Amino acid sequence: MVTDLLRPRRGARTGGADPVARDTDAEERAVVAGLDALDAAPQLPPKPGVGRVLVRSVLPPIVFLAALVGVWQLAYLAEIKPPYALPSPADTLQTFWTTVQDGRAAEAVWTSLSRGAVGFAMSLVIGTLLGLAMWGSRWLRAAIGPIVSGLQSLPSVAWVPAAIIWFQLSNAAIYTVVLLGAVPSIANGLLTGMKQVPPLFDRVGRVLGLSALGRIRYVLLPAALPGYVGGLRQGWAFAWRSLMAAELITYSPRLGQGLGQLLNIGRELSQMSLVITSIALILVVGVAIELLVFAPLERRILIRRGLTVR
Amino acid sequence: MSTSPVITDVRPATTPEAVPRHSGDVLPAVLVNGVSQVFQRGGPPVLHGVDLTVAPGEFVCLLGASGCGKSTLLNLLAGLIEPTAGTIEVSAERPALMFQEAALLPWLTAAGNVELALRARGVDRSTRREEARRLLAVVNLAGAEDKAVHELSGGMRQRVALARALAQDSSVLLMDEPFAALDAITRDVLHQELTRVWAEQRLSIVFVTHNVREAARLGQRVVLMGSRPGRIVREWQIDVPQPRTIESPEVSSISAEITRELHKEISRHGH
Repeated sequence: MVTDLLRPRRGARTGGADPVARDTDAEERAVVAGLDALDAAPQLPPKPGVGRVLVRSVLPPIVFLAALVGVWQLAYLAEIKPPYALPSPADTLQTFWTTVQDGRAAEAVWTSLSRGAVGFAMSLVIGTLLGLAMWGSRWLRAAIGPIVSGLQSLPSVAWVPAAIIWFQLSNAAIYTVVLLGAVPSIANGLLTGMKQVPPLFDRVGRVLGLSALGRIRYVLLPAALPGYVGGLRQGWAFAWRSLMAAELITYSPRLGQGLGQLLNIGRELSQMSLVITSIALILVVGVAIELLVFAPLERRILIRRGLTVR
Repeated sequence: MSTSPVITDVRPATTPEAVPRHSGDVLPAVLVNGVSQVFQRGGPPVLHGVDLTVAPGEFVCLLGASGCGKSTLLNLLAGLIEPTAGTIEVSAERPALMFQEAALLPWLTAAGNVELALRARGVDRSTRREEARRLLAVVNLAGAEDKAVHELSGGMRQRVALARALAQDSSVLLMDEPFAALDAITRDVLHQELTRVWAEQRLSIVFVTHNVREAARLGQRVVLMGSRPGRIVREWQIDVPQPRTIESPEVSSISAEITRELHKEISRHGH
């Protein structure tokens, strides 16, 4: 009935002789194609070449580090502090190199990193479950929400004495501190991510006829992903910090020797070059995980959603 | 009352009750009977005594000033909320709904958004991809399947949203000011696309708008709603077949008449 009304009027509407219906469709398609071409987001410039990347993001930190070492060398020459407290950059590099060569650096990095990975994995599971539970139960959110938020600002090193009293000098004590540091960030990140999902998305899920579980699986969780990854990233940073605090205090020959314990040896021997070496290693591992794992992950998610420029 | 030969007053201001135009052999696509809606207990009614019938394959525009409850009526039709009083029957089990925003999920591609509607309907994984491709071609978006949402223009997003609505395979399509945020040129093109798709797929459409010309351009019937409380005050049958254009004399004179009535209705609230 609709098409009957549609066809005969076409000729009359355009005023001239009866044009073939197909022409109108072709015309419509041509206008649509033109509009799409004009409207679509502009093509981004091609990715910068390797040379540009080197100049833009690799060179500045190298220049800064060189300047820092320069200032350090000057301070050493001026003898602001006695040499045992402020060794020269060359001496420190020597200690660094020895620590790497005798395998202590690799052992410490491996011990700490594996502890960090295990602690973070446990935090991931517990934090995610806790975040989901808090999202699902208004009562639970009201009951433990403030505590979870508060825990985030409590330095987890404060838990070390308690953990040692409960678990003595053991890996369990270390993991307890790591968990208390990382779980709140991950739970809160997931909860915040889920709270920030636009209600419109949930309406879309309802209109499409997705079940409650389907809406969580296909709408809510993917929508909350950026906040969740932000929470994971912060969770890792807290886990790593807590781990260092725990290792620094829980020193025992029965435990493996991690970076925090290496740092502690430096302190006990008053060997500043070893202290600086340990700090450098802790920093390098933290930066490496950030650059190799979390930054690319977050970038991929944000670029895919058009939330950041390349 | 009517000043134009192509438009007929089916519900003049003087007759308070609805004229049953579509009674008889075919079941209506939408049947609204005495619906009232109150959001706060003891608060002012948002809708009061609304009757509306939409025939299968009919294109009805719901027109009204802001705050007349037209979006509320649409949400009731979509089953997103329950009416305080009255009954609503929709022939489709789950009517498709388009929002003012395209409301595409930004982590999915154009095709991915359409496929989610197919998945919700229980379509086989193996046929989803092909079906999404076909539906995007219906809205002239062949080749845009793998585009991310942010790579699409506003008009393209609304067309993906239309393809997603079509993927619901519902005979009833509800539209809540879907083109209000678009520029005039894009809106023109989408009017053309929508009337073509409506004719091809034989959909029943309830289209909410506050734009009189848009209503006159698209609707077979235009239903004017009054505010506070939201209710239906006038209704016109428009006997100009599609495709119309927004600048045609018929659409202009229809708009002029409807605008006069709309202004009368709105000015009642000024004193």
